[in-house]
Amino acid sequence: MVGKKGGSKGMGAAEDAEEELARTPLQAIILADSFTTKFRPITLERPKVLLPLVNAPMIDYTLAWLESAGVEEVFVFCCAHSKQVIDYLDKSNWFGQPNFSVTTIESHNAISAGDALRLIYEQHVIRGDFILVSGDTVSNMSLSQALKEHKERRRKDSNAVMTMVIKQSKASPVTRQSRLGTEELFMVIDPETKQLLYYEDRGDNLKGYLSLDKALLTDNTSISLQNDKQDCYIDICSPEVLSLFTDNFDYQHLRRDFVKGLLVDDIMGYKIYTHEIHSSYAARIDNYRSYHTISKDIIQRWTYPLVPDVQFFGNSATKLERQGMYRAPEIKQSRSSKIGPFTVIGSGTSIGNNTEISNSVVGEGCSIGSNVTIEGCYIWHNVTIEDGCKLKHSIVCDGVTMKSGAALEPGVVLSFKVVIGRNFLVPAYSKVSLHQQPIRQDSDEELEYADNSSGITESPSVSGTLDLLNEEERTELPDSQEYEVGDGGVGFIWLVSEAGQEEEWRHSVAPIPVDKLVAIMQISNDEADLPNEDGAFLPPSGELGPDSITNDSNEDAEDIRDDSVIFEREVEATFQRAVEEDVTDDHVILEVNSLRLSYNMASADCAGALFYSVMKLALDAPHDSPNELYKNVVSTVRKWKKLLKYYLPSIDEEIEVILKFEEMCLESAREYSPLFVQILHHLYDQDIIQEEAILDWASEKEGAEESDKVFVKQSEKFIQWLKEASEEEDED
Amino acid sequence: MNALVNEFIIKLKKRKIEGSKTTAKLTAEVLRSCISQQRLPQTNQAVALIDAIRGIGEKLIAANPVELAVGNIVRRVLNIIREEDASLTAAAVGGLGISAGSDDEDDVKQDDHQGLSAAALAAAARNTLRPPSLQTLLEDIPQSTAVPRTSSSGGDSEGKSKSADKNSTSKKLKHNVIEAVNELIQDIATCHEQIAEQAVEHIHHNEVILTLGNSRTVMEFLCAAKEKKRSFRVFVAEGAPRYQGHALAKELVARGLQTTVITDSAVFAIISRVNMVVVGAHTVMANGGVIAPVGMNMVALAAQRHAVPFVVLAGTHKLCPLYPHNPEVLLNELKSPAELLDFGEFSDCLDFGSSSGSPLLHVVNPAFDYVPPNLVSLFITDTGGHNASFMYRLIADYYSADDIVVKQKSIPLK
Repeated sequence: MVGKKGGSKGMGAAEDAEEELARTPLQAIILADSFTTKFRPITLERPKVLLPLVNAPMIDYTLAWLESAGVEEVFVFCCAHSKQVIDYLDKSNWFGQPNFSVTTIESHNAISAGDALRLIYEQHVIRGDFILVSGDTVSNMSLSQALKEHKERRRKDSNAVMTMVIKQSKASPVTRQSRLGTEELFMVIDPETKQLLYYEDRGDNLKGYLSLDKALLTDNTSISLQNDKQDCYIDICSPEVLSLFTDNFDYQHLRRDFVKGLLVDDIMGYKIYTHEIHSSYAARIDNYRSYHTISKDIIQRWTYPLVPDVQFFGNSATKLERQGMYRAPEIKQSRSSKIGPFTVIGSGTSIGNNTEISNSVVGEGCSIGSNVTIEGCYIWHNVTIEDGCKLKHSIVCDGVTMKSGAALEPGVVLSFKVVIGRNFLVPAYSKVSLHQQPIRQDSDEELEYADNSSGITESPSVSGTLDLLNEEERTELPDSQEYEVGDGGVGFIWLVSEAGQEEEWRHSVAPIPVDKLVAIMQISNDEADLPNEDGAFLPPSGELGPDSITNDSNEDAEDIRDDSVIFEREVEATFQRAVEEDVTDDHVILEVNSLRLSYNMASADCAGALFYSVMKLALDAPHDSPNELYKNVVSTVRKWKKLLKYYLPSIDEEIEVILKFEEMCLESAREYSPLFVQILHHLYDQDIIQEEAILDWASEKEGAEESDKVFVKQSEKFIQWLKEASEEEDED
Repeated sequence: MNALVNEFIIKLKKRKIEGSKTTAKLTAEVLRSCISQQRLPQTNQAVALIDAIRGIGEKLIAANPVELAVGNIVRRVLNIIREEDASLTAAAVGGLGISAGSDDEDDVKQDDHQGLSAAALAAAARNTLRPPSLQTLLEDIPQSTAVPRTSSSGGDSEGKSKSADKNSTSKKLKHNVIEAVNELIQDIATCHEQIAEQAVEHIHHNEVILTLGNSRTVMEFLCAAKEKKRSFRVFVAEGAPRYQGHALAKELVARGLQTTVITDSAVFAIISRVNMVVVGAHTVMANGGVIAPVGMNMVALAAQRHAVPFVVLAGTHKLCPLYPHNPEVLLNELKSPAELLDFGEFSDCLDFGSSSGSPLLHVVNPAFDYVPPNLVSLFITDTGGHNASFMYRLIADYYSADDIVVKQKSIPLK
């Protein structure tokens, strides 16, 4: 069942032993299977590690990095499509490199990282500290420092079994989502020893609450809770890690079971430490979104020297031209075609007239016709795109043919050898494959053969959205070989269930729709608000963001005023849009809230700004006389009463509104000045402004200059009336 | 042999070798071992050897096209083979000349030749390969018209003393070539010493010297002047983003030189106080243009603006016989933006998921600058000081015109 292929052919057993005596070579384990289904349907036909990332298979990046970092022995654990992985390694020159031996370990029944490590343990190939990565890691970090730290700790304390590599990343929820498509990660780290004390990588489910064990605080002199770190999934492990997996046979997932298991269970006293990298790059391709982001990082050269124009391994010579255009030799390009910046074109590709390519990666041997638009796409090798096609933010696999006039909407994935028919429009986020979509549950068995990683997902949320696709009910495809991708097309569109559709944008290569971004901001803002109200929450670690700095610098009044003017304008624009597009109150509230947070305004400002917008609307409506204007006001206020009320939870906001109104009457909208009392009265009648607010406002104005008291005087009668009313009430 | 070459190619590809000097030295060493292991046929040995070196050289150059030192050394070695072959043929012909004892009019000249030293003979042989250099014209070595003629007549005369000569020549060629390559390696290793020797002629008392970044040659040059009891001050521009100027400043201070470190952007402010700019180079092109660490063009422009001499120090291994075409892009290397910015701090600016899918922030970190020849006042190489316009001549001394395009199929030697 388990086959082992020798990579170091010249090395006999005796020599091996000898070498071991001298020193243990640095070893690494690559898991050439992610044990998830996020890259379906592509991974039904090809293992994830062989998918091209900027025209070179992912595993080449991992191997090239390990090689340059001084690793001497690598064990590649292949599971799904193991044959393809082994064939690839055979064909490439990885076997038989000097001072770098690659050995494959094959298994067909491992269904998780835990199984893989147990299997490797049985083989007794790991003799010392080793590096554990998956075959989709892109990094250029130097391991020496991390290894040194790890070894030093080991010498002092044999229980320090693992060092996790982490990297700083901005704590903004939008960035996290839009860069790697991962959930929020919380870690508790001892700031002095760098020991990892708590790990939670499903921050999105926490709804803003994080509960820590009290013992964490009592046992440690200081802890820091961090949410601005990114887990690079590069671990330096001691051999004990393998035996731990064997002892705890239920451990499946590296992080969720193993790391959390060790942290919770302190009987054995095993410890995990962290190592933070700063200038070097490390990231793992977990889903389509991170595939997109990491491709872009590579094109922007963060991963130097693992970039297309450096032949780090077997990739063809590519030249970097101005504005980040990478062009391989032997490209046939029409004079009238336009290739935009940050684009990679593989060798042997031909590009027709008036074709525009921007922000994309085009593989080798593709033929692209005339008048084609390609924007933000990943086109792999030997793809044929006929005239007039339009592609946006999609992944197009090897051998695909797009007939003339076909179009892809953002987020589409076309798996191998699919043919898209003439003038067919593939809807957004759909996945097209020659394989039929597996039907839920029982399909897993059948799939086991094609993709061993299926059905292995330990919990639905592990693999996120695509898992949802698999678990949720979905309609069965007709058994007949009827293709649904247009005239002459070949391929099945994988259907997406309702719940899946909702989540699809998270992990696709397409940019996140604006409304989703606003929603994310909103959620995170709500979360941020919660702790403030509780007052009993650990502040997130790390330095204060720039936002909080502006918050402190109140002396810079000029800035603040500028901000408030812009803010007002933004609110007005938002409101205007709401009126034009008939957006519901809830959405307006959402948007205004996010504006408030981004401009750092108080809720009173919102109230003022919104009131201003409402009044402006009334003013803008056609009217001839003050009377008609008043009518306009009445109707608009009636329509937006709910919205206004939302922002007027207390007297302070109401006073702000009156002040605002006063200001309007004086400056921007003089037409209101004769109507001041009338409208104020109306607002009072409508319960938008309470009597206390008006009275407070009046008393506040008492000491003001004469010129400021115009409206107080105007409304003297009204105020008098209010006072009497309240006195009457008191008498009662 | 292949393993050695491959290992070197991999290192070049992965950009593990840095600096033109180390690259040049390693290339020469690799080629030397290739030559010593190359089996040569009985006839046309030089051609076979040239072909072999060309083949390897082509691969080496392709491994890192930006590192021009590789190509330079390959061409130098090819030239060495040609020269050694020519001098051997000439010697053989000379030997034949006596035994044949012709009563031609050339006879006297021929005998004259016999009396000349081996070096002169080699120089004469060189004349068969290329037009006379300025040096030979000045030294006034008699131009022998006989040499080409005899060499062509050597074909039939070779037949007579064939068996005796053959073996010794084959060994001799290889031996001589390896000797010469060793010399080349030696030259590369000691070039900065020879450049430094000239320091006293250029640096005078109480001068202010400006330099940018870190160059071993510049450091030796300045220290040599210091050792000769010249007192002067050095301004070091730090050379962002790699800040190698800091290392240079440390070294200079350790050697007792008065040093001031300035930012790169302060170069223009300080240039009016500077008497001379002395910098190192990555490569010197055939037109006299210089590929140098980034920021150098700015320094050169500042120097020109204030009429300050801009002196470039370069070992002869940095002379490249190619003319630059779009060197700012094609002969440049873009390094990781991580040298400029911390990725973690800026990760929110590199957001590919929102808006149009392309981030608003781009970071460009080129390694080199191209300084056009008109900005360079003087080149100091191990053979002395030269004007930028003289570079092509110097190049003609070190390279054979046939080797400038390494890829080209070799033209058989006569």
